[in-house]
Amino acid sequence: MPLLDIQDLKVSFHSRNGEVRAVDGVNIQVEKGEVVGIVGESGSGKSVTAYSLLGLIPMPPGKIEGGKALFQGTDLLSLGKKELNSYRGAKISMIFQDPMTSLNPYLKVSTQMIEPLEIHENLSTKRALHRAIESLEQVGIPEAQKRIHSYPHEFSGGMRQRVMIAMALITKPDLLIADEPTTALDVTIQKQVLDVIRDLQKDTGTSVIFITHDLAVVHEMCDSVNVMYAGRVVESAPASELISNPLHAYTQGLYRSNPSNTAKGQDLHTIPGLPPDLAKLPPGCSFRPRNTLGDPSLCLTDRKPELVEYSESHFVQNCPGCLARPEPSEPTTHA
Amino acid sequence: MLELQNIKKTFHKGRESVVAVDDVSFEIKSGEILGLVGESGCGKSTISRIIMQLLIPDSGSVTLGDVNLTALPRKEIRRHRLDFQMVFQDPYASLNPRQTIFSTIGEALQQRNPGLKGEVLRKRVGELLETVGLPANQMQRYPHEFSGGQRQRIAIARALAPEPRIIIADEPVSALDVSIQSQILNLLRKLQQELGLTMLFISHDLSVVHYLADRIAVMYGGKIIEHGKASQIFHEPKEDYTRKLLSSVPVLAKLAR
Repeated sequence: MPLLDIQDLKVSFHSRNGEVRAVDGVNIQVEKGEVVGIVGESGSGKSVTAYSLLGLIPMPPGKIEGGKALFQGTDLLSLGKKELNSYRGAKISMIFQDPMTSLNPYLKVSTQMIEPLEIHENLSTKRALHRAIESLEQVGIPEAQKRIHSYPHEFSGGMRQRVMIAMALITKPDLLIADEPTTALDVTIQKQVLDVIRDLQKDTGTSVIFITHDLAVVHEMCDSVNVMYAGRVVESAPASELISNPLHAYTQGLYRSNPSNTAKGQDLHTIPGLPPDLAKLPPGCSFRPRNTLGDPSLCLTDRKPELVEYSESHFVQNCPGCLARPEPSEPTTHA
Repeated sequence: MLELQNIKKTFHKGRESVVAVDDVSFEIKSGEILGLVGESGCGKSTISRIIMQLLIPDSGSVTLGDVNLTALPRKEIRRHRLDFQMVFQDPYASLNPRQTIFSTIGEALQQRNPGLKGEVLRKRVGELLETVGLPANQMQRYPHEFSGGQRQRIAIARALAPEPRIIIADEPVSALDVSIQSQILNLLRKLQQELGLTMLFISHDLSVVHYLADRIAVMYGGKIIEHGKASQIFHEPKEDYTRKLLSSVPVLAKLAR
Protein backbone atom coordinates (compact mmCIF):
# COMPACT_ATOMS: atom_id res chain seq x y z
CA MET A 1 0.00 0.00 0.00
CA PRO A 2 1.45 3.41 -0.92
CA LEU A 3 1.99 5.96 1.87
CA LEU A 4 -0.28 8.39 0.08
CA ASP A 5 -2.82 7.48 -2.55
CA ILE A 6 -4.65 10.36 -4.19
CA GLN A 7 -7.61 9.01 -6.10
CA ASP A 8 -9.61 10.97 -8.63
CA LEU A 9 -9.21 14.27 -6.76
CA LYS A 10 -11.48 17.06 -7.99
CA VAL A 11 -11.25 20.59 -6.64
CA SER A 12 -13.13 23.58 -7.94
CA PHE A 13 -13.31 27.25 -7.11
CA HIS A 14 -16.29 29.49 -7.39
CA SER A 15 -15.36 32.65 -9.26
CA ARG A 16 -17.02 35.57 -10.98
CA ASN A 17 -16.48 33.85 -14.32
CA GLY A 18 -18.20 30.72 -13.11
CA GLU A 19 -17.04 27.44 -11.68
CA VAL A 20 -13.30 26.87 -12.15
CA ARG A 21 -12.20 23.25 -12.06
CA ALA A 22 -8.64 23.69 -10.76
CA VAL A 23 -7.96 19.98 -10.23
CA ASP A 24 -9.83 17.54 -12.40
CA GLY A 25 -9.50 13.87 -11.56
CA VAL A 26 -5.90 13.62 -10.38
CA ASN A 27 -4.40 10.28 -9.31
CA ILE A 28 -1.00 10.35 -7.64
CA GLN A 29 0.68 7.71 -5.51
CA VAL A 30 3.57 8.32 -3.17
CA GLU A 31 5.46 5.29 -1.86
CA LYS A 32 7.32 5.30 1.42
CA GLY A 33 10.70 7.00 0.99
CA GLU A 34 9.91 8.17 -2.52
CA VAL A 35 10.37 11.67 -3.94
CA VAL A 36 7.49 12.46 -6.27
CA GLY A 37 7.61 15.55 -8.46
CA ILE A 38 4.63 17.55 -9.68
CA VAL A 39 5.58 19.81 -12.59
CA GLY A 40 3.51 22.40 -14.37
CA GLU A 41 3.02 26.07 -15.13
CA SER A 42 1.30 28.55 -12.85
CA GLY A 43 -2.35 27.62 -12.70
CA SER A 44 -1.87 24.00 -13.68
CA GLY A 45 -3.30 22.84 -10.36
CA LYS A 46 -0.09 21.51 -8.85
CA SER A 47 -0.27 23.55 -5.67
CA VAL A 48 -4.02 23.14 -5.26
CA THR A 49 -3.53 19.37 -5.37
CA ALA A 50 -1.06 19.55 -2.51
CA TYR A 51 -2.93 22.15 -0.50
CA SER A 52 -6.14 20.19 -0.54
CA LEU A 53 -4.40 17.31 1.27
CA LEU A 54 -3.89 19.47 4.33
CA GLY A 55 -7.17 21.34 4.17
CA LEU A 56 -5.41 24.52 3.12
CA ILE A 57 -7.89 25.36 0.37
CA PRO A 58 -10.05 28.30 1.43
CA MET A 59 -13.65 27.06 1.42
CA PRO A 60 -15.54 28.88 0.05
CA PRO A 61 -14.66 29.75 -2.70
CA GLY A 62 -12.91 26.41 -2.96
CA LYS A 63 -14.68 23.08 -2.88
CA ILE A 64 -13.42 19.54 -2.93
CA GLU A 65 -15.86 17.91 -5.29
CA GLY A 66 -14.71 14.39 -5.14
CA GLY A 67 -11.97 11.86 -4.72
CA LYS A 68 -9.96 10.47 -1.87
CA ALA A 69 -6.52 11.08 -0.41
CA LEU A 70 -5.62 7.96 1.52
CA PHE A 71 -2.71 8.62 3.86
CA GLN A 72 -1.67 5.47 5.69
CA GLY A 73 -5.17 4.25 4.96
CA THR A 74 -7.03 7.30 6.31
CA ASP A 75 -8.85 9.58 3.89
CA LEU A 76 -7.45 13.04 4.67
CA LEU A 77 -10.29 14.70 2.79
CA SER A 78 -12.88 13.27 5.17
CA LEU A 79 -11.18 14.49 8.34
CA GLY A 80 -12.47 17.34 10.48
CA LYS A 81 -10.34 20.30 11.42
CA LYS A 82 -9.23 18.85 14.75
CA GLU A 83 -8.30 15.48 13.37
CA LEU A 84 -6.43 17.12 10.51
CA ASN A 85 -4.45 19.18 13.00
CA SER A 86 -2.98 16.01 14.45
CA TYR A 87 -1.53 15.28 11.00
CA ARG A 88 -0.43 18.77 10.05
CA GLY A 89 3.13 19.46 11.17
CA ALA A 90 3.37 16.02 12.74
CA LYS A 91 2.99 13.38 10.06
CA ILE A 92 2.78 15.74 7.10
CA SER A 93 4.82 18.93 6.89
CA MET A 94 5.02 21.57 4.25
CA ILE A 95 7.58 24.09 3.05
CA PHE A 96 6.71 27.02 0.84
CA GLN A 97 8.37 29.15 -1.77
CA ASP A 98 8.76 32.23 0.38
CA PRO A 99 9.97 31.42 3.88
CA MET A 100 9.22 34.95 5.07
CA THR A 101 5.50 34.41 4.60
CA SER A 102 5.49 31.28 6.72
CA LEU A 103 7.79 32.34 9.52
CA ASN A 104 6.38 34.68 12.11
CA PRO A 105 8.54 37.82 11.98
CA TYR A 106 7.72 38.73 15.60
CA LEU A 107 8.86 35.48 17.14
CA LYS A 108 12.34 34.13 17.62
CA VAL A 109 13.16 31.06 15.57
CA SER A 110 13.55 29.09 18.78
CA THR A 111 9.96 29.81 19.84
CA GLN A 112 8.63 28.79 16.45
CA MET A 113 10.62 25.59 16.31
CA ILE A 114 9.77 24.42 19.81
CA GLU A 115 6.03 24.88 19.40
CA PRO A 116 5.34 21.80 17.21
CA LEU A 117 7.37 19.60 19.55
CA GLU A 118 5.46 20.80 22.58
CA ILE A 119 2.15 20.30 20.83
CA HIS A 120 2.72 17.03 19.03
CA GLU A 121 5.25 15.28 21.23
CA ASN A 122 4.67 16.80 24.67
CA LEU A 123 8.37 17.52 25.09
CA SER A 124 9.61 19.84 27.82
CA THR A 125 10.89 23.20 26.62
CA LYS A 126 14.45 22.29 27.40
CA ARG A 127 14.40 19.03 25.48
CA ALA A 128 12.51 20.64 22.62
CA LEU A 129 15.14 23.36 22.38
CA HIS A 130 17.82 20.73 22.25
CA ARG A 131 16.05 18.95 19.41
CA ALA A 132 15.55 22.25 17.58
CA ILE A 133 19.26 23.08 17.76
CA GLU A 134 20.07 19.60 16.51
CA SER A 135 17.80 19.98 13.56
CA LEU A 136 19.24 23.40 12.65
CA GLU A 137 22.68 21.80 12.68
CA GLN A 138 21.37 19.08 10.38
CA VAL A 139 20.42 21.58 7.72
CA GLY A 140 23.83 23.22 7.96
CA ILE A 141 23.21 26.39 9.94
CA PRO A 142 26.50 27.45 11.52
CA GLU A 143 26.51 28.26 15.25
CA ALA A 144 23.01 26.86 15.60
CA GLN A 145 23.15 27.15 19.38
CA LYS A 146 23.46 30.92 19.11
CA ARG A 147 21.50 31.48 15.91
CA ILE A 148 18.37 29.77 17.17
CA HIS A 149 17.65 32.80 19.33
CA SER A 150 17.61 35.11 16.31
CA TYR A 151 14.57 36.51 14.55
CA PRO A 152 13.74 35.39 10.99
CA HIS A 153 14.86 38.68 9.44
CA GLU A 154 18.35 38.12 10.78
CA PHE A 155 18.83 35.20 8.39
CA SER A 156 19.58 35.44 4.67
CA GLY A 157 17.14 33.98 2.11
CA GLY A 158 18.91 30.65 1.80
CA MET A 159 19.38 30.33 5.56
CA ARG A 160 15.72 31.16 6.14
CA GLN A 161 14.72 28.40 3.74
CA ARG A 162 16.96 26.05 5.75
CA VAL A 163 15.22 27.14 8.94
CA MET A 164 11.92 26.26 7.24
CA ILE A 165 13.21 22.85 6.26
CA ALA A 166 14.51 22.24 9.76
CA MET A 167 11.14 23.25 11.17
CA ALA A 168 9.26 21.05 8.74
CA LEU A 169 11.39 18.02 9.51
CA ILE A 170 11.71 18.47 13.26
CA THR A 171 8.73 16.24 14.02
CA LYS A 172 10.11 13.57 11.66
CA PRO A 173 7.09 13.60 9.36
CA ASP A 174 6.28 10.71 7.06
CA LEU A 175 5.54 13.09 4.22
CA LEU A 176 7.07 16.43 3.32
CA ILE A 177 5.34 18.64 0.76
CA ALA A 178 7.76 21.12 -0.78
CA ASP A 179 6.07 23.81 -2.88
CA GLU A 180 8.66 25.49 -5.11
CA PRO A 181 11.09 25.63 -2.18
CA THR A 182 13.98 27.00 -4.23
CA THR A 183 12.31 29.15 -6.88
CA ALA A 184 13.12 32.40 -5.08
CA LEU A 185 16.74 31.50 -4.46
CA ASP A 186 20.01 32.05 -6.33
CA VAL A 187 21.39 29.03 -8.17
CA THR A 188 24.23 28.36 -5.75
CA ILE A 189 21.89 28.62 -2.78
CA GLN A 190 19.30 26.55 -4.64
CA LYS A 191 21.86 23.80 -5.01
CA GLN A 192 22.68 23.88 -1.30
CA VAL A 193 19.03 23.76 -0.33
CA LEU A 194 18.27 20.92 -2.76
CA ASP A 195 21.24 19.00 -1.38
CA VAL A 196 19.98 19.51 2.16
CA ILE A 197 16.51 18.25 1.29
CA ARG A 198 17.88 15.24 -0.53
CA ASP A 199 20.36 14.29 2.20
CA LEU A 200 17.75 14.57 4.92
CA GLN A 201 15.29 12.64 2.82
CA LYS A 202 17.80 9.82 2.45
CA ASP A 203 18.69 9.83 6.14
CA THR A 204 15.17 9.88 7.49
CA GLY A 205 13.32 8.01 4.74
CA THR A 206 10.70 10.73 4.58
CA SER A 207 8.58 10.73 1.43
CA VAL A 208 8.53 14.01 -0.46
CA ILE A 209 6.10 15.66 -2.85
CA PHE A 210 8.18 18.17 -4.74
CA ILE A 211 6.27 20.87 -6.61
CA THR A 212 8.14 22.92 -9.19
CA HIS A 213 7.93 24.38 -12.69
CA ASP A 214 11.54 23.51 -13.46
CA LEU A 215 12.07 20.16 -15.19
CA ALA A 216 15.80 20.32 -14.51
CA VAL A 217 15.20 20.51 -10.76
CA VAL A 218 12.83 17.56 -10.99
CA HIS A 219 15.45 15.60 -12.83
CA GLU A 220 17.93 16.17 -10.02
CA MET A 221 15.54 15.55 -7.15
CA CYS A 222 12.76 13.15 -7.97
CA ASP A 223 12.22 9.43 -8.37
CA SER A 224 9.00 9.85 -10.31
CA VAL A 225 7.29 12.80 -11.94
CA ASN A 226 3.74 13.89 -12.70
CA VAL A 227 3.35 16.60 -15.33
CA MET A 228 0.18 18.62 -14.80
CA TYR A 229 -1.66 20.78 -17.30
CA ALA A 230 -5.00 22.50 -16.84
CA GLY A 231 -5.80 20.58 -13.67
CA ARG A 232 -4.98 17.13 -15.03
CA VAL A 233 -1.98 14.86 -15.06
CA VAL A 234 -0.87 14.62 -18.69
CA GLU A 235 2.14 12.40 -18.17
CA SER A 236 3.56 10.39 -15.30
CA ALA A 237 6.71 8.28 -15.23
CA PRO A 238 9.93 7.55 -13.38
CA ALA A 239 12.07 10.73 -13.63
CA SER A 240 14.81 9.30 -15.83
CA GLU A 241 12.27 7.76 -18.19
CA LEU A 242 10.31 11.01 -18.46
CA ILE A 243 13.40 13.05 -19.28
CA SER A 244 14.83 10.59 -21.79
CA ASN A 245 11.52 9.75 -23.43
CA PRO A 246 8.91 12.48 -23.02
CA LEU A 247 5.80 11.39 -24.88
CA HIS A 248 3.28 14.19 -24.48
CA ALA A 249 3.68 17.30 -26.65
CA TYR A 250 3.47 19.48 -23.52
CA THR A 251 6.27 17.63 -21.71
CA GLN A 252 8.41 17.87 -24.83
CA GLY A 253 7.65 21.57 -25.07
CA LEU A 254 8.68 22.15 -21.45
CA TYR A 255 11.86 20.23 -22.07
CA ARG A 256 12.80 22.19 -25.16
CA SER A 257 12.01 25.61 -23.62
CA ASN A 258 14.96 25.16 -21.30
CA PRO A 259 17.76 27.44 -22.52
CA SER A 260 20.47 24.96 -21.59
CA ASN A 261 19.18 22.62 -24.31
CA THR A 262 19.40 25.20 -27.07
CA ALA A 263 22.49 26.26 -28.94
CA LYS A 264 23.41 29.93 -28.70
CA GLY A 265 21.90 31.98 -31.49
CA GLN A 266 19.09 29.51 -32.14
CA ASP A 267 15.56 30.45 -31.28
CA LEU A 268 14.34 28.88 -28.07
CA HIS A 269 11.37 26.60 -28.40
CA THR A 270 8.30 28.28 -26.99
CA ILE A 271 4.95 26.90 -26.09
CA PRO A 272 2.83 29.54 -27.78
CA GLY A 273 -0.03 31.28 -26.00
CA LEU A 274 -1.04 30.90 -22.41
CA PRO A 275 -2.42 28.15 -20.20
CA PRO A 276 -6.18 27.92 -20.83
CA ASP A 277 -8.83 29.70 -18.80
CA LEU A 278 -10.04 26.95 -16.50
CA ALA A 279 -13.52 28.45 -16.41
CA LYS A 280 -13.91 28.00 -20.15
CA LEU A 281 -12.18 24.73 -20.91
CA PRO A 282 -13.02 23.16 -24.25
CA PRO A 283 -14.59 19.71 -23.97
CA GLY A 284 -11.67 17.84 -25.56
CA CYS A 285 -7.91 17.98 -25.14
CA SER A 286 -7.07 21.22 -23.35
CA PHE A 287 -3.56 21.42 -24.83
CA ARG A 288 -4.78 21.50 -28.43
CA PRO A 289 -4.45 25.30 -29.03
CA ARG A 290 -0.81 25.26 -27.90
CA ASN A 291 0.20 21.97 -29.44
CA THR A 292 2.91 22.67 -32.00
CA LEU A 293 5.11 19.61 -31.53
CA GLY A 294 2.35 17.08 -32.15
CA ASP A 295 -0.52 17.33 -34.59
CA PRO A 296 -3.34 19.49 -33.18
CA SER A 297 -5.73 18.36 -35.92
CA LEU A 298 -5.69 14.90 -34.34
CA CYS A 299 -6.37 16.13 -30.79
CA LEU A 300 -9.54 14.87 -29.17
CA THR A 301 -12.33 17.42 -29.29
CA ASP A 302 -15.27 15.48 -27.90
CA ARG A 303 -13.91 14.08 -24.64
CA LYS A 304 -11.01 14.45 -22.23
CA PRO A 305 -8.14 12.11 -23.03
CA GLU A 306 -7.64 9.36 -20.46
CA LEU A 307 -4.34 8.63 -18.75
CA VAL A 308 -3.16 5.23 -20.02
CA GLU A 309 -0.11 3.09 -19.35
CA TYR A 310 1.95 3.54 -22.51
CA SER A 311 4.85 1.39 -21.44
CA GLU A 312 5.71 -0.07 -18.05
CA SER A 313 4.96 2.57 -15.38
CA HIS A 314 5.00 5.31 -18.01
CA PHE A 315 1.54 6.86 -18.15
CA VAL A 316 0.42 9.47 -20.66
CA GLN A 317 -2.85 11.06 -21.73
CA ASN A 318 -4.08 9.12 -24.68
CA CYS A 319 -4.64 12.01 -27.08
CA PRO A 320 -3.58 11.12 -30.62
CA GLY A 321 -2.73 14.75 -31.43
CA CYS A 322 -0.45 15.24 -28.43
CA LEU A 323 1.30 11.91 -28.94
CA ALA A 324 1.80 12.43 -32.69
CA ARG A 325 5.25 13.35 -33.86
CA PRO A 326 4.62 14.55 -37.41
CA GLU A 327 8.24 15.01 -38.41
CA PRO A 328 11.40 14.71 -36.37
CA SER A 329 12.64 18.28 -35.99
CA GLU A 330 16.24 17.12 -35.94
CA PRO A 331 17.58 14.48 -38.31
CA THR A 332 18.06 11.17 -36.53
CA THR A 333 21.22 9.19 -37.09
CA HIS A 334 19.52 5.97 -38.04
CA ALA A 335 16.95 6.38 -40.80
CA MET B 1 29.22 52.93 -25.84
CA LEU B 2 28.93 52.61 -22.06
CA GLU B 3 32.08 52.47 -20.03
CA LEU B 4 32.57 52.03 -16.30
CA GLN B 5 36.00 52.83 -14.95
CA ASN B 6 37.28 51.88 -11.51
CA ILE B 7 33.90 52.25 -9.85
CA LYS B 8 33.98 52.00 -6.09
CA LYS B 9 31.10 52.27 -3.68
CA THR B 10 31.06 51.75 0.05
CA PHE B 11 27.95 51.73 2.20
CA HIS B 12 28.14 52.83 5.81
CA LYS B 13 25.92 51.64 8.57
CA GLY B 14 26.84 52.88 11.97
CA ARG B 15 30.47 52.07 12.47
CA GLU B 16 30.44 49.23 9.98
CA SER B 17 31.09 49.75 6.33
CA VAL B 18 30.52 47.42 3.43
CA VAL B 19 32.38 47.69 0.17
CA ALA B 20 29.57 46.88 -2.25
CA VAL B 21 31.45 47.58 -5.46
CA ASP B 22 35.21 47.37 -5.47
CA ASP B 23 37.10 48.77 -8.44
CA VAL B 24 34.79 47.58 -11.20
CA SER B 25 35.51 48.42 -14.82
CA PHE B 26 33.78 47.17 -17.93
CA GLU B 27 32.36 48.42 -21.18
CA ILE B 28 29.34 47.56 -23.29
CA LYS B 29 29.64 48.09 -27.01
CA SER B 30 26.80 49.35 -29.13
CA GLY B 31 24.38 46.55 -30.05
CA GLU B 32 25.86 44.19 -27.53
CA ILE B 33 24.31 42.25 -24.66
CA LEU B 34 26.57 42.02 -21.64
CA GLY B 35 25.56 39.47 -19.05
CA LEU B 36 26.37 40.30 -15.43
CA VAL B 37 26.23 37.20 -13.25
CA GLY B 38 26.51 36.73 -9.52
CA GLU B 39 24.64 35.85 -6.35
CA SER B 40 22.47 38.13 -4.24
CA GLY B 41 24.64 40.61 -2.44
CA CYS B 42 27.52 40.51 -4.89
CA GLY B 43 26.93 44.10 -5.98
CA LYS B 44 25.08 43.56 -9.27
CA SER B 45 22.18 45.80 -8.39
CA THR B 46 24.44 48.47 -6.93
CA ILE B 47 26.20 48.56 -10.31
CA SER B 48 22.90 49.01 -12.11
CA ARG B 49 21.91 51.82 -9.77
CA ILE B 50 25.23 53.52 -10.29
CA ILE B 51 24.78 53.32 -14.07
CA MET B 52 21.29 54.79 -13.69
CA GLN B 53 22.86 57.61 -11.65
CA LEU B 54 20.59 56.75 -8.74
CA LEU B 55 23.67 56.23 -6.60
CA ILE B 56 26.81 58.30 -6.75
CA PRO B 57 29.98 56.20 -6.67
CA ASP B 58 32.78 57.08 -4.25
CA SER B 59 35.23 57.09 -7.10
CA GLY B 60 35.42 56.11 -10.74
CA SER B 61 33.48 57.24 -13.75
CA VAL B 62 30.52 56.19 -15.91
CA THR B 63 30.82 57.32 -19.51
CA LEU B 64 28.03 57.05 -22.05
CA GLY B 65 29.21 57.79 -25.58
CA ASP B 66 31.55 60.70 -24.91
CA VAL B 67 29.74 62.16 -21.91
CA ASN B 68 31.16 61.52 -18.47
CA LEU B 69 27.98 61.17 -16.44
CA THR B 70 29.65 61.15 -13.05
CA ALA B 71 31.03 64.62 -13.67
CA LEU B 72 27.69 66.15 -14.66
CA PRO B 73 25.71 68.45 -12.35
CA ARG B 74 22.51 66.89 -10.95
CA LYS B 75 20.23 68.86 -13.25
CA GLU B 76 21.96 67.57 -16.34
CA ILE B 77 21.79 64.01 -15.09
CA ARG B 78 18.01 64.07 -15.19
CA ARG B 79 18.10 64.74 -18.90
CA HIS B 80 20.47 61.86 -19.49
CA ARG B 81 18.48 59.41 -17.46
CA LEU B 82 16.19 58.87 -20.41
CA ASP B 83 19.10 57.19 -22.13
CA PHE B 84 18.88 54.37 -19.61
CA GLN B 85 15.77 52.31 -19.11
CA MET B 86 15.24 49.41 -16.77
CA VAL B 87 13.25 46.19 -16.91
CA PHE B 88 12.73 44.66 -13.49
CA GLN B 89 12.19 41.16 -12.18
CA ASP B 90 8.62 41.48 -11.05
CA PRO B 91 6.25 42.72 -13.75
CA TYR B 92 3.46 42.78 -11.17
CA ALA B 93 5.24 45.40 -9.09
CA SER B 94 6.77 47.55 -11.80
CA LEU B 95 3.62 48.62 -13.66
CA ASN B 96 1.20 51.13 -12.20
CA PRO B 97 -2.03 49.17 -11.63
CA ARG B 98 -4.19 52.28 -12.04
CA GLN B 99 -2.85 53.28 -15.42
CA THR B 100 -3.93 51.75 -18.69
CA ILE B 101 -1.22 50.35 -20.89
CA PHE B 102 -1.79 53.26 -23.27
CA SER B 103 -1.19 55.80 -20.53
CA THR B 104 1.89 53.98 -19.16
CA ILE B 105 3.59 53.67 -22.53
CA GLY B 106 2.28 57.00 -23.81
CA GLU B 107 3.83 58.78 -20.84
CA ALA B 108 7.15 57.08 -21.49
CA LEU B 109 7.00 58.18 -25.15
CA GLN B 110 6.24 61.78 -24.18
CA GLN B 111 9.30 61.94 -21.97
CA ARG B 112 11.44 62.00 -25.09
CA ASN B 113 8.93 63.76 -27.33
CA PRO B 114 6.69 65.98 -25.20
CA GLY B 115 4.85 67.09 -28.35
CA LEU B 116 3.43 63.65 -29.13
CA LYS B 117 -0.36 63.73 -28.84
CA GLY B 118 -3.62 62.29 -30.06
CA GLU B 119 -3.63 59.98 -33.02
CA VAL B 120 0.15 60.04 -33.52
CA LEU B 121 0.74 59.02 -29.91
CA ARG B 122 -1.86 56.30 -30.18
CA LYS B 123 -0.20 54.98 -33.30
CA ARG B 124 3.25 54.96 -31.69
CA VAL B 125 1.93 53.07 -28.63
CA GLY B 126 0.31 50.54 -30.96
CA GLU B 127 3.54 50.07 -32.87
CA LEU B 128 5.51 49.52 -29.69
CA LEU B 129 3.00 46.93 -28.46
CA GLU B 130 3.31 45.08 -31.74
CA THR B 131 7.10 45.21 -31.50
CA VAL B 132 6.92 43.28 -28.25
CA GLY B 133 4.30 40.88 -29.58
CA LEU B 134 1.09 42.24 -28.08
CA PRO B 135 -2.00 43.19 -30.08
CA ALA B 136 -2.31 46.97 -30.43
CA ASN B 137 -6.03 46.89 -29.69
CA GLN B 138 -5.39 46.01 -26.04
CA MET B 139 -3.86 49.34 -25.08
CA GLN B 140 -6.89 50.49 -23.12
CA ARG B 141 -6.57 47.63 -20.68
CA TYR B 142 -5.06 47.65 -17.22
CA PRO B 143 -2.04 45.60 -16.06
CA HIS B 144 -4.13 43.14 -14.02
CA GLU B 145 -5.84 41.99 -17.21
CA PHE B 146 -2.57 40.57 -18.49
CA SER B 147 -0.58 37.49 -17.53
CA GLY B 148 2.94 37.67 -16.06
CA GLY B 149 4.65 37.12 -19.39
CA GLN B 150 2.47 39.71 -21.12
CA ARG B 151 3.19 42.20 -18.37
CA GLN B 152 6.89 41.68 -18.83
CA ARG B 153 6.34 42.46 -22.54
CA ILE B 154 4.56 45.67 -21.53
CA ALA B 155 7.47 46.56 -19.24
CA ILE B 156 9.84 46.01 -22.16
CA ALA B 157 7.70 48.20 -24.44
CA ARG B 158 7.75 50.93 -21.81
CA ALA B 159 11.53 50.66 -21.56
CA LEU B 160 11.85 50.97 -25.34
CA ALA B 161 9.50 53.97 -25.55
CA PRO B 162 11.91 56.83 -24.70
CA GLU B 163 14.39 55.44 -27.23
CA PRO B 164 17.04 54.67 -24.64
CA ARG B 165 20.61 54.04 -25.67
CA ILE B 166 20.91 51.18 -23.25
CA ILE B 167 18.51 48.90 -21.40
CA ILE B 168 19.34 47.45 -18.04
CA ALA B 169 17.41 44.25 -17.44
CA ASP B 170 17.61 43.11 -13.81
CA GLU B 171 16.57 39.43 -13.61
CA PRO B 172 13.80 39.97 -16.17
CA VAL B 173 12.85 36.32 -16.52
CA SER B 174 13.52 34.93 -13.04
CA ALA B 175 9.91 35.26 -11.94
CA LEU B 176 8.42 33.62 -15.03
CA ASP B 177 7.47 30.04 -15.84
CA VAL B 178 9.91 28.21 -18.10
CA SER B 179 7.56 28.25 -21.09
CA ILE B 180 6.97 32.01 -20.72
CA GLN B 181 10.63 32.64 -19.96
CA SER B 182 11.56 31.26 -23.36
CA GLN B 183 9.10 33.61 -25.08
CA ILE B 184 10.66 36.65 -23.37
CA LEU B 185 14.22 35.50 -24.10
CA ASN B 186 13.33 35.08 -27.77
CA LEU B 187 11.79 38.55 -27.77
CA LEU B 188 14.91 40.15 -26.27
CA ARG B 189 17.09 38.41 -28.83
CA LYS B 190 14.82 39.55 -31.65
CA LEU B 191 14.95 43.14 -30.38
CA GLN B 192 18.72 43.02 -30.23
CA GLN B 193 18.88 41.86 -33.84
CA GLU B 194 16.21 44.16 -35.25
CA LEU B 195 16.72 47.33 -33.24
CA GLY B 196 20.40 46.93 -32.44
CA LEU B 197 19.52 47.02 -28.75
CA THR B 198 22.34 47.50 -26.27
CA MET B 199 21.68 45.77 -22.99
CA LEU B 200 23.09 44.96 -19.60
CA PHE B 201 21.45 41.69 -18.62
CA ILE B 202 21.71 40.93 -14.91
CA SER B 203 20.96 37.42 -13.72
CA HIS B 204 22.04 34.68 -11.37
CA ASP B 205 21.23 31.97 -13.90
CA LEU B 206 24.26 31.21 -16.03
CA SER B 207 22.39 29.07 -18.54
CA VAL B 208 20.02 31.95 -19.35
CA VAL B 209 22.89 34.44 -19.54
CA HIS B 210 24.96 32.13 -21.71
CA TYR B 211 22.07 31.76 -24.10
CA LEU B 212 21.44 35.48 -24.48
CA ALA B 213 24.63 37.42 -23.81
CA ASP B 214 27.54 38.12 -26.14
CA ARG B 215 29.94 38.60 -23.27
CA ILE B 216 29.68 37.68 -19.58
CA ALA B 217 31.13 39.34 -16.51
CA VAL B 218 31.08 37.26 -13.33
CA MET B 219 30.83 39.25 -10.14
CA TYR B 220 31.71 38.09 -6.65
CA GLY B 221 32.09 40.11 -3.47
CA GLY B 222 31.91 43.44 -5.28
CA LYS B 223 34.58 42.58 -7.83
CA ILE B 224 34.46 41.32 -11.38
CA ILE B 225 36.44 38.13 -11.10
CA GLU B 226 36.10 36.85 -14.62
CA HIS B 227 35.17 38.47 -17.87
CA GLY B 228 35.04 37.21 -21.44
CA LYS B 229 33.07 35.85 -24.35
CA ALA B 230 29.91 34.04 -23.27
CA SER B 231 30.91 30.68 -24.72
CA GLN B 232 34.39 30.93 -23.24
CA ILE B 233 33.11 31.65 -19.72
CA PHE B 234 30.55 28.89 -20.08
CA HIS B 235 32.80 26.19 -21.50
CA GLU B 236 36.26 27.11 -20.19
CA PRO B 237 35.80 28.98 -16.91
CA LYS B 238 39.08 29.97 -15.32
CA GLU B 239 37.96 30.86 -11.81
CA ASP B 240 36.83 28.37 -9.19
CA TYR B 241 33.83 30.51 -8.36
CA THR B 242 32.60 30.48 -11.96
CA ARG B 243 32.96 26.72 -12.02
CA LYS B 244 30.94 26.53 -8.82
CA LEU B 245 28.21 28.69 -10.35
CA LEU B 246 28.14 26.46 -13.41
CA SER B 247 27.96 23.24 -11.44
CA SER B 248 25.04 24.62 -9.40
CA VAL B 249 22.78 24.93 -12.42
CA PRO B 250 20.54 21.87 -12.52
CA VAL B 251 20.90 20.21 -15.88
CA LEU B 252 18.62 18.18 -18.03
CA ALA B 253 20.15 15.16 -19.67
CA LYS B 254 20.20 15.42 -23.42
CA LEU B 255 17.02 14.22 -25.00
CA ALA B 256 17.50 10.62 -26.06
CA ARG B 257 16.04 9.81 -29.43
